[in-house]
Amino acid sequence: MTDTTYSLNVNGADRPVAGAWLGESLLHVLRERLALPGAKAGCEQGECGSCSVLVDGVLTCACLVLAASAVGASIITVEGIGPAERGEMTIVQEAFNDAGAVQCGFCTPGLIMAVHDLLDRHPDPSALDVREAISGNLCRCTGYGRVLAAVEVAIERSAR
Amino acid sequence: MDVSVPRTLDEALAALADRPDAMVLAGGTDVMVGVNAGRQTPTAVVALRAVEELRTWSVDGDRLRLGAGLTYADLLAPDLAAMVPALAQAARTVGSPPIRNAGTVGGNLATASPAGDTLPVLLALDAELDLASVEGRRTVALRSFLTGPKRTQLRTGELIVAARVPATRPHQEYRKVGVRNAMVIAVASVAVVVDADVGVVACAMGSVGPTPLRAPRAEEWVAGRIDWGTGVPDAGVAAEFGRLVAEESRPIDDHRSTAAYRRHAVEVLARRALESTLAGVARAEAA
Repeated sequence: MTDTTYSLNVNGADRPVAGAWLGESLLHVLRERLALPGAKAGCEQGECGSCSVLVDGVLTCACLVLAASAVGASIITVEGIGPAERGEMTIVQEAFNDAGAVQCGFCTPGLIMAVHDLLDRHPDPSALDVREAISGNLCRCTGYGRVLAAVEVAIERSAR
Repeated sequence: MDVSVPRTLDEALAALADRPDAMVLAGGTDVMVGVNAGRQTPTAVVALRAVEELRTWSVDGDRLRLGAGLTYADLLAPDLAAMVPALAQAARTVGSPPIRNAGTVGGNLATASPAGDTLPVLLALDAELDLASVEGRRTVALRSFLTGPKRTQLRTGELIVAARVPATRPHQEYRKVGVRNAMVIAVASVAVVVDADVGVVACAMGSVGPTPLRAPRAEEWVAGRIDWGTGVPDAGVAAEFGRLVAEESRPIDDHRSTAAYRRHAVEVLARRALESTLAGVARAEAA
């Protein structure tokens, strides 16, 4: 099968991809070819939300994007959501940390992306908006109580 | 080129004519699931995500033209939802926010799943589909476009360009049963569209047949049992309507549910959808 070569704009940088199979998902290319393992490979059918990224500013399951078709799009992964300084966290990430909304951590990057997407659009969301926003993110450890609490903390700190 | 990302419809049609083997990719929410699982191994892809003209809608007289590239999230926009509220209701039940950001009307039509959420609404609205290829354009009624589970009249090299529906039929409703609110494929669904001006009720069902189905006998029966001046049905009409709709369903047992449950669900959904659409007619007549 013919190899495909293209370049993706990920977290503000052009990243060449060479020798890929044309059917590879964006999730596969991020993790296996571009050394960006933040987006997690859970269900690979859009059900779990663990691979959520922003494509041209739109919250998207990276597993459902054909990588070779994302040429020309601006892709932001969880690695690129925060300040450039190594080790610094966003308000949302800090809130998850402080509220104990992390157990095994598998779903966390997807939840962080979903909550950033929500708060960028609605800085003061209703409780229903919050539940709706994370309805596509499955957590198999803690349940969602602390995640919802973390979002409350993030909203409060963002408003300051 | 093995993967093309055209920017115009003409470029997309040319790319498809050039590579008849190409897999057409819209939002990817169905297609990429198959690719990831190894069920599909494309040798070429035409991705439609950059074809902006497919992602538009317009009103021409009393007809609404919905571009095939409109996403479920697009259908939730207030101005569109005001014209086709049942389509917005259907879109609202699809997946989760990231799925609604990706999945498209055209993709739902081309996948032609018996459970496709927009399909019962479009079928109850007697949607017409605009199809195009380098050979030319044609229009096909959705009713004949859907030929079986995941089978359509779409030809090789052809793309769905738009669906056309009435823009002036506000009394419509989509209802769906699934195992939870988010990320659920319909176990059974019903769309009811009422045109009070001419005294017509249209009803379509999803997930209870090889394709979404209309319920013509129930539609005809009910139309004569409503006072169209007030929108009030005769006593017991909604319940009997539900029973008649369920009789016209053709459900099967599968991994998602049983035929018996689906038949029951369709009966309840049809009754409730008729009651609430007629209540809307009554409110409008009283105003």
